[in-house]
Amino acid sequence: MTELAQNIVDGLGRGSIYALLALGIAVIFGVMHLLNFAHGELITITGYVAYAAFLRGASWFVIAPLVLGVAVVASMGIEQVAFRWVRGAPDFTLVLTSFGVHFVVEAAFLMYVSASVKNFNRPGWIADTVDAGGLSFEIFDLVVIGVTLVTLVLTSLLLQRTMFGLALRASAEDFDAARLMGVRSDRVIRGAFALSGALAGIAAIFWLMRAGQTTPGAGITPMLKGVLAALVGGLGSLRGAVIGGFALGLAEVLLRARLPDAIAGLTDGVVFLLIALLFIFRPGGFVTVSHAERV
Amino acid sequence: MLEIDGLTTRYGSISALRDASLTVGSGEVVGLIGPNGAGKTTLMGTIAGLLKPAAGSVRFEDRNVTGWAPDRMLRAGVALVPEHRRIFTDLSVVENLRLGGVTTPPRERSELLDEMVELFPSLEERWTTSAGYLSGGEAQQLAIARALMSRPRLLMMDEPSLGLAPVLVDVVFELIANLASRGRTLLVVEQNATRMLDVADRAYVLRSGEVVAEGTGDELLGQGDLFETFVGTGNG
Repeated sequence: MTELAQNIVDGLGRGSIYALLALGIAVIFGVMHLLNFAHGELITITGYVAYAAFLRGASWFVIAPLVLGVAVVASMGIEQVAFRWVRGAPDFTLVLTSFGVHFVVEAAFLMYVSASVKNFNRPGWIADTVDAGGLSFEIFDLVVIGVTLVTLVLTSLLLQRTMFGLALRASAEDFDAARLMGVRSDRVIRGAFALSGALAGIAAIFWLMRAGQTTPGAGITPMLKGVLAALVGGLGSLRGAVIGGFALGLAEVLLRARLPDAIAGLTDGVVFLLIALLFIFRPGGFVTVSHAERV
Repeated sequence: MLEIDGLTTRYGSISALRDASLTVGSGEVVGLIGPNGAGKTTLMGTIAGLLKPAAGSVRFEDRNVTGWAPDRMLRAGVALVPEHRRIFTDLSVVENLRLGGVTTPPRERSELLDEMVELFPSLEERWTTSAGYLSGGEAQQLAIARALMSRPRLLMMDEPSLGLAPVLVDVVFELIANLASRGRTLLVVEQNATRMLDVADRAYVLRSGEVVAEGTGDELLGQGDLFETFVGTGNG
């Protein structure tokens, strides 16, 4: 029982990061029909920014907001440089473009920075635990879950209460109809990338705190987790992306803890097996989206 | 107010609209009638900016607005109630209306919301309902109200009575007459030719992408056989 509770908190902590990444992917997919395989590059880029700041003696109190800001700027920059030219192109073109961005960013760091692992300090409190009712929880997990919940509430308010949110939701449903209402496609797409970047930035802070290092290929794993969570949740559904993220995090932690030692190393394989089963019974993921118009 | 001259729009190599010319004067209600595939929706889409014309020009209030994007056309004062309504089913009724007023200043927007309640009382009961749950008639009213939220000087409607039960078709035509009596400028595509001619000041007949006739209701109906040939049965 105690172990289960700890596993759940651990899984939710991990799932929080996946949820933030998946939500950012879902936001972009909603307005542009682009499955963004370059989303993880925001973690690669911010990883090097964190490393550079760390070399200059910055603490995480400085690095964290810096990572967030850089993620927003980088996300909008990638849109300007790469994705705006393929707006309205076939889905396959969009996916290939995002792969292109992924490889270009990776190659750029490889060529102009270094192929080796760059280490920086994790925050001092990262392994601290707090005891409650005979249970021991990592403070880090609790912080991640707390920050993520606040972020999700704020994002939800943004989407429900502001004109930008309305425009974004309407554009995701029917882009042309939104334009007929006077919604500026440029602004809503840029706004979507800014939002997606901010969500990725918050995820990046925690991802980097835990990793304590970065490499040119560091974006692949978070990208895969985010894309998987968005798919599991039902591509195009924002709520589904969040659910998918938490589900993926919980599944990973619980399986790793519960599987017999001999096959615990195959956790990822088992997770994929479960995802395959999910798609057999619910091909659209947890939350089925009926429209998802394209730009 | 609106002057279309020699407008041609192509889908690939097919010209869906050929050399179409028409005018709409301020305060006029103009009908666009014709059989399926006549190019009516293409014409509306081209004016609204959803489609790029291959040739010809669109002038609105003495400005050349040819090829302007939809959001720019809306800001210029032209709103389109698109075919099949295309209301946002993920948004509530009031959210649809607010979005329709995305270009209007916030204070004016709340005044307009009150106006819409007055004009479409049945929508108020469904205010916070997801627009996906509206009936066809309610959805059409919402689509029109949503377009009015931008205070357009020219309101275009594409097949507002399409897919509605006869009693609701009456509601739509009453609404058109109501808007006309308030001095609104309307350009309305309708398959329901005879009913459209009742409420319109003038109408254009489109066939195979070309404007083939123009006139008041009486003039067009007076052409008898010709009218039948152009519009099909002409009843309904």
